[in-house]
Amino acid sequence: MTDTTASDTPILTTRDGVPLKRSIAKALRREKFRALLLVAPLLLFILVAFIAPIADMLFRSVENDIVQETLPETVVLLKDWDAASGQIPEEAVFAALAADMKIAVKEKIHTRLGSRLNYESPGISSLFRKSGREVRKLDDEAPYREQFIEIHDGWGDVNTWKTIQQFSSKYTDGYFLAAVDRQRTAEGVEPKPEDQQIYLFLFGRTFFLSVTITLSCILLGYPIAYILANLPLRSSNLLMILVLLPFWTSLLVRTSAWKVLLQQQGVINDFLVFIGLVADDGRLVMINNQTGTIIAMTHILLPFMILPLYSVMKTISPVYVRAAKSLGANDWTAFWKVYFPNTIPGIGAGSILCFILSIGFYITPELVGGTSGIFISNRIAYHISSSLNWGLAASLGVILLTIVMIFYWLYDKIVGIDNVKLG
Amino acid sequence: MSGLPPYASPLQRFWYYAFRTICGLIFFFLIFPILVIIPLSFNALPFFTFTKEMLSFDPAGYSLINYQDFFTNSDWNNAVYNSFRIAPVATLLATSVGTVAAIGLSRPHIPFRGTIMAILISPMIVPVIISAAGMYFFYSRIGLQGTYWGVILAHAALGTPFVIITVTATLVGFDQSLVRAAANLGADPVRTFFKVQMPLIIPGVVSGALFAFITSFDEVVVILFVGSSHQKTLPWQMFTGLREQISPTILAVATLMVALSIMLLTTLELLRRRSERLRGLSPG
Repeated sequence: MTDTTASDTPILTTRDGVPLKRSIAKALRREKFRALLLVAPLLLFILVAFIAPIADMLFRSVENDIVQETLPETVVLLKDWDAASGQIPEEAVFAALAADMKIAVKEKIHTRLGSRLNYESPGISSLFRKSGREVRKLDDEAPYREQFIEIHDGWGDVNTWKTIQQFSSKYTDGYFLAAVDRQRTAEGVEPKPEDQQIYLFLFGRTFFLSVTITLSCILLGYPIAYILANLPLRSSNLLMILVLLPFWTSLLVRTSAWKVLLQQQGVINDFLVFIGLVADDGRLVMINNQTGTIIAMTHILLPFMILPLYSVMKTISPVYVRAAKSLGANDWTAFWKVYFPNTIPGIGAGSILCFILSIGFYITPELVGGTSGIFISNRIAYHISSSLNWGLAASLGVILLTIVMIFYWLYDKIVGIDNVKLG
Repeated sequence: MSGLPPYASPLQRFWYYAFRTICGLIFFFLIFPILVIIPLSFNALPFFTFTKEMLSFDPAGYSLINYQDFFTNSDWNNAVYNSFRIAPVATLLATSVGTVAAIGLSRPHIPFRGTIMAILISPMIVPVIISAAGMYFFYSRIGLQGTYWGVILAHAALGTPFVIITVTATLVGFDQSLVRAAANLGADPVRTFFKVQMPLIIPGVVSGALFAFITSFDEVVVILFVGSSHQKTLPWQMFTGLREQISPTILAVATLMVALSIMLLTTLELLRRRSERLRGLSPG
């Protein structure tokens, strides 16, 4: 080691002769490694318990091996079939179908395929169910083609075969197309019939309601943050409790409180009737619609607006406004030209936070939203637990997640995740 | 804001009081829904509004019937039991791993800090329905769906971002030379951690733990998907109660939960004061 430290150029070395530079680099590397080692357990935990499940779900939005798994032989033969010819496939394909179906019926997976393809072409489900019942009775001597058409004339329909061919590949964009109200037809990608278009509308509504809620949070949060930041510490600390208590109260408690308050026989309607503002038979409908969702969610998200605004306003020196006033500005100009621009970072931070949180809300819209106040999350939950169309749920989820991630990224750029403050 | 100057014009005077009134109304909006359920929970009749007897403070209008139902109904009792079986364990897991990671993240030479931070905070940002759906599919694949430990893992994952945020915030004010001094005096890293670092960051750790606790204790969406009926927690029971047929017992539960949040809030406030006092004392 000592020979590398040539005597003509003085290189600093540590006591055991290692060049100082290398020694420091080594120590730094060890330090980095140690820091990473401390983070590793949590990182691993989050990756396994949280990121992997999400990645897995995202994969479901394009995954489509059900056709290939259920009808392996048919799919291979069907590849060569020309859908544009207008002719149903030839006998060989039907023979393969008979073989595949016999296995599928034995494993009881044909109905699953039927309901999967039913999302793409309504009616196929019954075709598969009926064929599943009859497939055992098929005569192996006679041509399968006629026998299948005998069982269900759906097999004689070119569109049935087109659907099977279209979805026989391992991956599909069908769920994504469905999630944006599109479908693939013979002419290419087209919008769905008007009465079936719901998702874009629902995304639009989610967006619109989130913006409305965010705006009302700004409107209500700004004065509160202002008064908290400018009152003497003793009284502002007391008032802060009024903000923090809702923040710490269970979401379900707050939602149920609003459910109780906003009912037609609830406290608010009773009060309005009592003071004579509303007739007894004209009680306001404030629940199970958009009004209910907006009121309850504004209440729930308001602390998330007030707290960042407050922490920004707290740092604005009162000297600025005083200086503006002594230079001749009136109260409004001093506020609008001097104070307000200084609070914009707080408004930005609070708004993005409120928006991110509200766009993914599920509980409150589910409980007080009725049908006109539900969000895209509720539709995703519906597809997971009721309609069992998991692929569509996943693709809706991907779109929602992408929107949220864009705003998360923005938030990180503007505010920095490190600067998130709680309470 | 501090008082109205004696030379204020009538307009200023008007605006001053108008602004205070507006703020008062907004504070009312914030706190009213939470406070109003407390008296309503003592309603003797199964209504969700004040009865005539209640308004005239007639004792006959009030009763503990809702509380009685809560404490005797086996569904609710089970839910309470499950909640207290899940939340503390999830909190312990989230807090221990989270605190260690936060210490690592606060080391000056940590590489890829931004990326790691973004990943660790993501459970707080991702819409809960997406987390729930993903966990449902993935946990059923590995056999954790519907099990106690599946729920614990899910809840701990949701709670860690809060621990990370509060502990890193406390560590910002932490003087790293204290660690070096301890090492210099011969303490090994574990001893240094427990004797030097931990006492100083404990307020951050505890408030992170409280956040993690309340996250798990309040959580309803993920558990609906990941849990089975054996893990039915209090929020789950409330959710089904609210969605199907709203029973006045919910008001009693809500009141008790408000009491719990007041307790948590008080603890947190005391911790904040303690931490401020400690920082005021420590030099630098």
